[in-house]
Amino acid sequence: MENLIGLLVAVPLLGAALLLCGGRRLDGKGHYIGTVLAAGSFAIGAVLFADMLGRGEHDRAMHSKVFSWIPVGGFRADVAFQLDQLSMTFVLLITGVGTLIHIYSIGYMEHDERRRRFFGYLNLFLAAMLLLVLADNYLLLYVGWEGVGLASYLLIGFWQHKPSAATAAKKAFIVNRVGDVGLSIAIMLMFTTFGTFTFAPVLTNADHASEGKLTAIGLMLLLAACGKSAQVPLQSWLGDAMEGPTPVSALIHAATMVTAGVYLITRSGAIFNAAPDAQAAVVAVGAVTLLFGAIVGCAKDDIKKALAGSTMSQIGYMILAAGLGPIGYVFAIMHLVTHGFFKAGLFLGAGSVMHAMNDEVDMRKYGGLRKYMPVTFITFGLGYLAIIGFPGLSGFWSKDKIIEAAFAKGGTEGWILGGAALLGAAITAYYMTRVMLLTFFGEKRWAPDEKGHEPHPHESPSSMTIPMIVLAVGSVFAGGLFSVNDAFLKWLEPVTGHSHGDSPLSAAAVTAGTMVVLVIGVALAWAQYGRRPVPRTAPRGSLLTRAARRDLLQDDFNHVALVKPGQYLTRGLVYVDHKLVDGVVNGTAASVGGLSGRLRKLQNGYARTYAVSMFGGTAVLIAATLLMRAV
Amino acid sequence: MTHAATVHSLWTTAAAAPDKIPSPDIEYGQLSPTLIVLGAAIVGVLIEAFLPRRQRYVAQLFVSVVALAAAFAAVIGLAAGDYGTSKARVAAMGAIAVDGPALFLQGTILLVALVAVFTFAERRLDPVVHGNRVDSFAAQAAAVPGGDAEKAAVKAGFTTTEVFPLVLFAVGGMLVFPSANDLLTLFVALEVFSLPLYILCALARRQRALSQEAAVKYFLLGAFSSAFLLFGIALLYGYAGTVSYSGIADVVDGQVRNVTPALAGTMGNDALLLIGGAMVLMGLLFKIGAVPFHMWTPDVYQGAPTPVTGFMAAATKVAAFGALLRLLYVVLPGLRWDWRPVMWGVAIVTMLGGAIVAVTQTDVKRLLAYSSIAHAGFILAGVIATTPEGISSVLFYLAAYSFVTLGAFAVVTLVRDAGGEATHLSKWAGLGRRSPLVAAVFAVFLLAFAGIPLTSGFAGKFAVFKAAADGGAGALVVIGVISSAVAAFFYIRVIVLMFFSEPRTDGPSVAVPSPLTSSAIAIGVAVTLVLGVAPQYFLDLASQAGVFVR
Repeated sequence: MENLIGLLVAVPLLGAALLLCGGRRLDGKGHYIGTVLAAGSFAIGAVLFADMLGRGEHDRAMHSKVFSWIPVGGFRADVAFQLDQLSMTFVLLITGVGTLIHIYSIGYMEHDERRRRFFGYLNLFLAAMLLLVLADNYLLLYVGWEGVGLASYLLIGFWQHKPSAATAAKKAFIVNRVGDVGLSIAIMLMFTTFGTFTFAPVLTNADHASEGKLTAIGLMLLLAACGKSAQVPLQSWLGDAMEGPTPVSALIHAATMVTAGVYLITRSGAIFNAAPDAQAAVVAVGAVTLLFGAIVGCAKDDIKKALAGSTMSQIGYMILAAGLGPIGYVFAIMHLVTHGFFKAGLFLGAGSVMHAMNDEVDMRKYGGLRKYMPVTFITFGLGYLAIIGFPGLSGFWSKDKIIEAAFAKGGTEGWILGGAALLGAAITAYYMTRVMLLTFFGEKRWAPDEKGHEPHPHESPSSMTIPMIVLAVGSVFAGGLFSVNDAFLKWLEPVTGHSHGDSPLSAAAVTAGTMVVLVIGVALAWAQYGRRPVPRTAPRGSLLTRAARRDLLQDDFNHVALVKPGQYLTRGLVYVDHKLVDGVVNGTAASVGGLSGRLRKLQNGYARTYAVSMFGGTAVLIAATLLMRAV
Repeated sequence: MTHAATVHSLWTTAAAAPDKIPSPDIEYGQLSPTLIVLGAAIVGVLIEAFLPRRQRYVAQLFVSVVALAAAFAAVIGLAAGDYGTSKARVAAMGAIAVDGPALFLQGTILLVALVAVFTFAERRLDPVVHGNRVDSFAAQAAAVPGGDAEKAAVKAGFTTTEVFPLVLFAVGGMLVFPSANDLLTLFVALEVFSLPLYILCALARRQRALSQEAAVKYFLLGAFSSAFLLFGIALLYGYAGTVSYSGIADVVDGQVRNVTPALAGTMGNDALLLIGGAMVLMGLLFKIGAVPFHMWTPDVYQGAPTPVTGFMAAATKVAAFGALLRLLYVVLPGLRWDWRPVMWGVAIVTMLGGAIVAVTQTDVKRLLAYSSIAHAGFILAGVIATTPEGISSVLFYLAAYSFVTLGAFAVVTLVRDAGGEATHLSKWAGLGRRSPLVAAVFAVFLLAFAGIPLTSGFAGKFAVFKAAADGGAGALVVIGVISSAVAAFFYIRVIVLMFFSEPRTDGPSVAVPSPLTSSAIAIGVAVTLVLGVAPQYFLDLASQAGVFVR
């Protein structure tokens, strides 16, 4: 059984190798190969899952060492996998949603001549993401971490002929580097503190290390998580990442990769538990981001960017929950899974709409599409109900628990966090209703484009609708299924641990509060976009709206705070390099050259000169030898 | 007594004497590598005397290759029979040591010579003259350059096939040189390998005047240094009453066994020891090409026929460093505190001098000559370590360096224009565009000279510097690294010139060589890469071989 774990990674990796190295011969069938291998990986995951269920809850974790990677003295790194309940959850999510999105892409990318390469990148992503969650040490996790970053870069920039896509890819890559530096520093700190970076020894010994060191490690891990999961202050890349093909946005930038930060924090729970300051930083980041993303989501007219803001906000919820410690880990992961379903479904729905509307993304140019695309409308609608937390659907179960846990933090902190989470829920209801109304309700607002092509909305092919239907089913039932008998809690508790907080509010009160804000949010959106016609061009809007359209000035802030000083620093360094460093280097070179030219003249071609040199040399040799003895 | 009786008496007295000289005990098996090579050289002379001209080339080539290969096989056989380690002995009545370093160096010299013979025999590079294929050597060495005799010789299709026995004689001397165990054998070996080299230097087909000038300079300065060496030997004899290495070492260590009455006045006089030691050292440093005894090197390297230069640069260095190691480690270890500081100085000026002067060279062969001087300095750093690692690192460096050098000079023979080899650097501009393969191969050799990792040059330099640092010569290593940096400049400059400059319209062409030169170059590249990528096996071999017998 253990050997299957390695296979889980190897199968999609083989796919990537085949598709990327196979050349044009595979153009016609590359997408099938990629999809079959993704499904194969899911099948292996399912077999392992069944096997795991068959064992008692305390010996479910499995280890598999493949080979010793870097054995150098006391430094030891193995390529070894660890499959426990936490990894298993991710494996199923990644391979399951991944397979669906592979199927969807067959239809979505049908007319793209580089489809084979696209599937190769998707398989590469699956392999890297699986490596990330299956690694049994931080160094191997880092390999997967960089691997998903690479896949993300390649896929955001997949339509590299568009300058905007190329720029977005570079932006994502660079912002992620900042986070990656955090992860690498954290790993180095771990090695100096614990002498190893294998999960088991590091996490069991976390209590014995000094709090200062743990705080440092925790903050560096948080920095890494911020980069990968698009949390404030490293959030700026996610909106631009929507330049990638929509299946990519669904898989990588909604369901899986961007949640890697949550995985990292949950996995490193023992470190955060022992470092309260780092934990406080985590909840602060989570709370700020969940509001930040939600506000941005309200102002965007681009359907994918609105959803991207939403993703950021929902991951904020997860980070917030993970920062709460043992009260929240399980719910962070539960929300992560339900979010994986409904957000992937929403993105696929958005892709389906764009497919029908000649790749138009401006929601102000949609309207009334429910009549033309019934399947998309229904699946998207179910995802919408799930994300706003409509009672009984997936999002309701998971988000409610997070809000509860935030209040359970206790004290003023609990009230602030709980309040933020509630406010976030209201805004979520508002912006998602807005998306829904603008897209599927009201009058049709589309018109012929400059070339005179009028869009003819139509339902997408079944290769696209079937994955949407499957995901919609998950969006509806997953949360409920997890909550029957606290099934998910019991499943994950042996890994993450769990404690009940001391909530000032009863669970019923929290649920009631959530319902109230939900209704308020939906009503506000209805008042603004449902009752009266929507203009095709956006009105000027309030100061906040204008700021939110510019992503709350994130890029302006980065430009002033980072880019400009960076440029000045670079210029300064270049100046020093030119004047000082080059001066020294060139000066040395010139003096060596000059010396060489002078010494060269001694070589005048006369044997007599050479003989004198030899004679003098011998004299010096003898004199020096005698002198040595005399001294 | 009658006249006849007197004669008879003398006759019988003379006849009785031989009984008193014991017949020497010669270990033919252990001396077989040298004996095979020298025997083949004599066969070569006989071939010159008795075979028709047309058949000599093939016969000589055959004899040389077979002899060198057989001698190499003999060395391998001796090494396999533990003659380099547990059975290491002094042979031939104490004249010759057969031990690890001797066998390792002999093996290296034989392989180098074998590859060099390939380049000697190359006959496809020069255009055909009067219907005859010609090699790098003058048609008739004795003919005056440009004179009628020379023209006649060229027209008649004469070739100097004597080069093969000459090389074999030189190789014979070189085999003895690092294994000589007394000073007289050392001197004889020195002359045996030097004299053929002087002649070989004079044999260039093109630019004969330059070649002859080089040979005369080499001869004059070589004789000059031999005189010093010989005088040093005399002084050491005066000091120790013996010329045997172990005998001198015993006296240095204060274990004098029997004072020769005739030398009672001088024996044990340290002034004689120090002056004599320094003079013998000078004789060896001359052959190595250490500053300030290096000045012959550029002129001779440039003037000599390029195959000879390659052979000389590689094999002479191996033999001379072997002799130097034995002298310093066997004869003068008791004098370590006297010679080490002096050798420090020599190593420093050699490394820096070679590297710095090379920077402004414009001729490929001169550039390589200065480069060889700098490398002599690097090897000296390993010699100074005075540890077993020092010996093994020097052995490894010599093996690595000699093949790089051979290969590099072999490439030089390929780049030609109307006047023969185009050695001026400006003509090499853009070679990488016109002949990417040749330029790439040369680049590999240059990178190895510069000591870039994954080439043998790096492994060798690392071993030598590490041994020197461990042996307490840290400052020397720092200077060595600085010199390497300076040296890297001119190696890389040639690479830049070859690959990133516009080719000249009147640039040279690259001749297509026969399999002989091709295989020589291929062997050079292969050894360079193998020793660079997987040096450990050969480092182990060198360290197993790194013990001198006394």
